[in-house]
Amino acid sequence: MQKIVLEMDGIRTHFPLYRGLIVRRQRGQVRAVDGVSLSLAKGEVLGLVGESGCGKSTLARTIIHLAPPTAGKLFLHGADVTNPSPENLAAVRSNVQMIFQDPYASLDPRMTVFDIIAEAVLIKNRLSRKKLTGKVVALMEQVGLAPEFILKYPHEFSGGQRQRIAIARTLAMNPEIIIADEPVSALDVSIQAQIINLMAHLCRQRGLAMLFISHDLSVVKHVSMRIAVMYLGKIMETGPSEDIFAGPRHPYTKALLSAMPVADPEKERSRKRIILPGDPPSPINPPPGCPFHPRCPFAQKKCASTIPPLEPCADKPEQSAACVRKYDDELTG
Amino acid sequence: MMKPDRKNGTSLYRDAVYRLTKNRAAVVGFFCLIVLLVLSALAPLIAPYSFSAQDLALGASPPGPRHWLGTDILGRDLLTRVLYGGQISFLVGFSATAVSLVIGVLYGTVSGYCGGKTDAAMMRFIDIMYAFPFTIFVIILMVFFGRNIVLLFCAIGAVEWLTMARIIRGQVLTLKKQEYIEAAVAMGLSLHKIVLRHLIPNVLGPIIVYTTLTIPQVMLLEAFLSFLGLGVQPPMSSWGLLVKEGADSMEQYWWLLIFPGLALSITLFSLNFLGDGLRDALDPRTAKD
Repeated sequence: MQKIVLEMDGIRTHFPLYRGLIVRRQRGQVRAVDGVSLSLAKGEVLGLVGESGCGKSTLARTIIHLAPPTAGKLFLHGADVTNPSPENLAAVRSNVQMIFQDPYASLDPRMTVFDIIAEAVLIKNRLSRKKLTGKVVALMEQVGLAPEFILKYPHEFSGGQRQRIAIARTLAMNPEIIIADEPVSALDVSIQAQIINLMAHLCRQRGLAMLFISHDLSVVKHVSMRIAVMYLGKIMETGPSEDIFAGPRHPYTKALLSAMPVADPEKERSRKRIILPGDPPSPINPPPGCPFHPRCPFAQKKCASTIPPLEPCADKPEQSAACVRKYDDELTG
Repeated sequence: MMKPDRKNGTSLYRDAVYRLTKNRAAVVGFFCLIVLLVLSALAPLIAPYSFSAQDLALGASPPGPRHWLGTDILGRDLLTRVLYGGQISFLVGFSATAVSLVIGVLYGTVSGYCGGKTDAAMMRFIDIMYAFPFTIFVIILMVFFGRNIVLLFCAIGAVEWLTMARIIRGQVLTLKKQEYIEAAVAMGLSLHKIVLRHLIPNVLGPIIVYTTLTIPQVMLLEAFLSFLGLGVQPPMSSWGLLVKEGADSMEQYWWLLIFPGLALSITLFSLNFLGDGLRDALDPRTAKD
């Protein structure tokens, strides 16, 4: 096992809900992230999948200290960075960088490519103008941007090129961990593959750890070594990519996988789909017991009262699932 | 569209200037404004008479070769008085707008960026100020501190900054949720760098537009106050005051109302057209497609 660089221990990020015009009283809270424990090893790509609104992005924002956790601990190289002091915060932040979902919104429209990348370079080290330009050009080349675009503005680029600029900015900080929050969902399908391959290549080359967030299973399958499935703020199942795709142990994972289209039309026609009834419950008022039981086709009586812990499977210690019926053949078969 | 430069990108501002030059009303407005500004500024050099020189024997005379715009009841040259009046009007317009700009931008940025209780408290204060009747406020000021032109700037500025603050706050509120601001925060950029490099440049568009629209408002306010006798005092003059005097005697001496009124209207139209043009040019929704 490789060295763990980032560890989350029972992270909870809740947002209070206020009501009332003059006297503001707290009326409940949104449990966006509700007890997530995950770890990320050096050089590893961990895919985080889940429906919209299940708390994936909030988890990402919590890791980069944009949304402080309500409870739980965050470790970077074994050191507690849950609530860093202002001096440490800068160091922690430069070590964990985020690639945002929308490349149209994540670049300042008033800055040139040079300004955008140079700003990130200058945070860590002061350079002369000449060296700085050289560094910016080198970064642009690494992400596949021609250096002659250096003085162009973001609005003059396509979505894919913008995302390349965002990646170059991220690399300029020289981080060890990259959080990619749906980095390709705003892009054309034809561009998606290019950007994903670029990110995977850069991670391999630099030995970066990446948390790759997506709701697109085929994308996640392509890049991730390990996968974590999230539902209503909780991790339902986690394990090596091949194992999860070959034999999901949680009914939710199974339903997600069944929704994945197959390229072969013969197989596509005979594909069995599990259609989940209803919508995900509100994170303001989550159901008791297993959060998935109201929609689960395999739910039993006890699912409504007990929360199944996320525990490794006895026969497959690498794979964990939070389900009382994870050994049932009806499910896995 | 302008052919994009091969080497350098077209910044949003360059783009905006290009679009502004395509807007004929805005360009005409801009030039009218420049002409009026230069004429007013050069009043001591180009005015044919002294602005307080009276010719009581002549009295009110219609426009003619000696007095191009005629003279008023006291025999003072109207052209001279319009030129000098422009000085005061522009001075009030620009200074009071500057006052409102400084207060409004600072107040709005702080309120919007801090958010929460600070924001709520600051905005309620603005609501209270809005509810305060302006005319009474100025009358009280004038009664207590005497009629003073600096005080006039402050009084008008003190009222106009309210709207400016609200506009800036709204802009900052939407901006701070933008991903590029969050990306800057996540990079560990310090607060003042975020405000200076990312926040202010991105609210500059609305600020410029609102400023050009505030100037005519302020000039109108000054005219209104002078009209009530609360503004500039004779023998000094402003366009507002000239219009007031002209209105008093418009049944006999029409030129006394028409010419100062024309100068004021042209300026107001010009500023409004320029402001509208700038708004269209700088609006990011119309920018680039």
